[in-house]
Amino acid sequence: MSDLNQFRQQTRAWLQENCPETMRQRILGFGDFYNGGRNPEITHPDQKLWCDRMADRGWTVPHWPKEYGGGGLSAEEVSVLGQEMTAIGARRALDSFGISMLGPALLHFGSEAQKLEHLPKIVRGEIRWCQGYSEPNSGSDLASLATKAESKGDHYLINGQKIWTSYADKSDWIFCLVRTDSSGTKHEGISFVLFDMAQEGVTTRPIKLISGSSPFCETFFDNAIADKKNLIGEEGNGWTIAKYLLTHEREMISGFGAAPKKSVGQLALENMGADASGRLCNSILRQNIAQYQLDTMAFGATMARVGDESKAGQGLGAASSIFKYYGTELNKRRNELNLAVCGESGLGWEGEEYHQGAISRDWLRSKGNSIEGGTSEVQLNIIAKRVLGLPDA
Amino acid sequence: MALVLNEEQVMLKESAAGFLAENATVAHLRALRDSNSERGFSDDVWGEMVQMGWAGIAIPEAFGGLGYGYTGLGLLLEQAGRNLSASPLQSTVLVAATLIGELGSARQKEALLPAIAAGQKLVSLALQEGPHHAPQQSALSAAVNEGDYILNGTKVMVLDAVSAHTFIVIARTSGASGEEQGLSAFLVDADTAGLTVERRSLVDSRSAGALVCDNVRIPAANLLGDLGGAWVGLIRSLDIANIGLASELLGVSTEVFERTIVYLQERKQFGRMIGSFQGLQHRAAELYAELELARSIVLKALQAIDNGDQDVSLIASAAKAKLCEVAQSATNEAIQMHGGIGMTDEYDIGFFIKRARVVQHTFGDYNYHLDRFAQLSGF
Repeated sequence: MSDLNQFRQQTRAWLQENCPETMRQRILGFGDFYNGGRNPEITHPDQKLWCDRMADRGWTVPHWPKEYGGGGLSAEEVSVLGQEMTAIGARRALDSFGISMLGPALLHFGSEAQKLEHLPKIVRGEIRWCQGYSEPNSGSDLASLATKAESKGDHYLINGQKIWTSYADKSDWIFCLVRTDSSGTKHEGISFVLFDMAQEGVTTRPIKLISGSSPFCETFFDNAIADKKNLIGEEGNGWTIAKYLLTHEREMISGFGAAPKKSVGQLALENMGADASGRLCNSILRQNIAQYQLDTMAFGATMARVGDESKAGQGLGAASSIFKYYGTELNKRRNELNLAVCGESGLGWEGEEYHQGAISRDWLRSKGNSIEGGTSEVQLNIIAKRVLGLPDA
Repeated sequence: MALVLNEEQVMLKESAAGFLAENATVAHLRALRDSNSERGFSDDVWGEMVQMGWAGIAIPEAFGGLGYGYTGLGLLLEQAGRNLSASPLQSTVLVAATLIGELGSARQKEALLPAIAAGQKLVSLALQEGPHHAPQQSALSAAVNEGDYILNGTKVMVLDAVSAHTFIVIARTSGASGEEQGLSAFLVDADTAGLTVERRSLVDSRSAGALVCDNVRIPAANLLGDLGGAWVGLIRSLDIANIGLASELLGVSTEVFERTIVYLQERKQFGRMIGSFQGLQHRAAELYAELELARSIVLKALQAIDNGDQDVSLIASAAKAKLCEVAQSATNEAIQMHGGIGMTDEYDIGFFIKRARVVQHTFGDYNYHLDRFAQLSGF
């Protein structure tokens, strides 16, 4: 038996033994994702149990090195683990910005001490992280950010405001862009620091969105303290880290462009019916859905191709910008089509008969996809300048 | 299979790009057009392509081909699209050889495929009858007469009509127009009595023509495949043909796009390069994203054929529809962004939009394939 086969057998047996029945149920809403943290939000007590069991083997982040708490698995083993989890319907044990965003940046830019300090806690879901990037006057023009970090010996004193901080009110620590120097150009003088949110100088206020939910916050710093041992990279070199991390965020968001389980065409057929030839009864809507499904298929093939190319050592320039732009536009199109297909039942806001407005709330939430993590227009600017080499104005 | 080219395929692509950029460019096409070339391609260039094995690129080695598969042929067609290289690659290598492979008996394959691979024989499919691709509507009739078949009717959009030695004529031997059953394929030599080949002039200055069958007598041995049962093999061949044409459109679209980007970096108005205007930058960037999607779906479709997937219809219609859409917008944007000079015959961009539209319409355009994609998707 090959090593990989043996790994598969052992993994299968371990999952059978250790994945609670309740964690093999379909994810019903965002609440079913387990994000960890000091005071984790749970919809079922087995979420923590499942996370702890997986974390003991490093399998909450199976591809990270063992010395930082990860699973130390090869790419092949990671996909075997994924396949075996899918086979029994096992949920991912832990979802967090620590895994998807901060972790990759720490692995790339962090010192050995910083990796050893923070990565194992991410793997175990002990600390929930949030991202302090945008400010009220620094949206698309992120590099103009003004939150000030004053050097005070062994620490920084931080004053200013962040906005659109996802889940700041539920997070334990923040990775934050701050200005340590205002004398140079706006890209210079930015630093990347980590600090604890559980301190007097930090307050958060949730922002209610048009979808009714409040995933984002305003975050205020009033003499907040960041220990200098948690400065990542060199002082003034934060923009490089910020851009690196943004590519990870963009890839995560572009995943929304993936094809839904039940195709929009099938949903439309069930809701609206077919004509005598078996085609969806409204030919205009049918064309719109067909074009959407065609683009979704081509987008999926592009994600696969770029993944395979990067394994083969080739790379597509600014891939994350293309994915972010196209994936989020696709998700907006899907939501508009959902609304068209569902008609009145998609417009409901509250009540059992409308599933508490699931369709309309998803539709409204999707409008943010092409804004957060860099707007579609910013992505197009990046493609035009960095890939196509078109000149600045 | 990973969605990347292997080493052999990368080498093939590069050598094809080098050869065509030297020997079969837009300038060559312009010269063929201006000299009113009867055949629409250069025999010398075709001879060299044959020498390199291109005529048998996807034909199995057992029949004298190279056995590189359709991914290999797709790479050649993409490069042909980039350079607008005229040759029988589409008519004979992509379409006819595939159809013979699908429908032919061992004896027929033995007789035809090695001859095609050796460049001795040009063969072309005669399918379309009206202005649109509608294979099940085929009505050209084949009546039984003393053990032979008598063909009557007309065909259009026959690629390389004046050059082909043999046609594969799709005819109705039973059933009514609109039915899939009852269609048969016949091998008809160009010099058969009663067959008239007309050269037609299409916008792309290539070589599609028309056939008129006036009591053309064909021996029963020339039946390709089962009597009345050509449909399944025909459809599979058309799926493969459309994937190949999507590859050509990928080449056409990529080339016009790259030429347009160069122009945006050169042309100055209002005292600055027009490529610095965000109104143009965003349109170019959107097109770039679409081209990346187009490249992925074409490669996925080519690999589906070579993986031996039994049903390639959905991915074939997806690839053709997507590439029709992208080629249309890439060529239209190319003209618009070039401005006045893009409208002139002297400038080369016009050749690309002309070729693109003919390829788009060959074996079904965007509307045909998006409709079919929806149908195959079940709605």
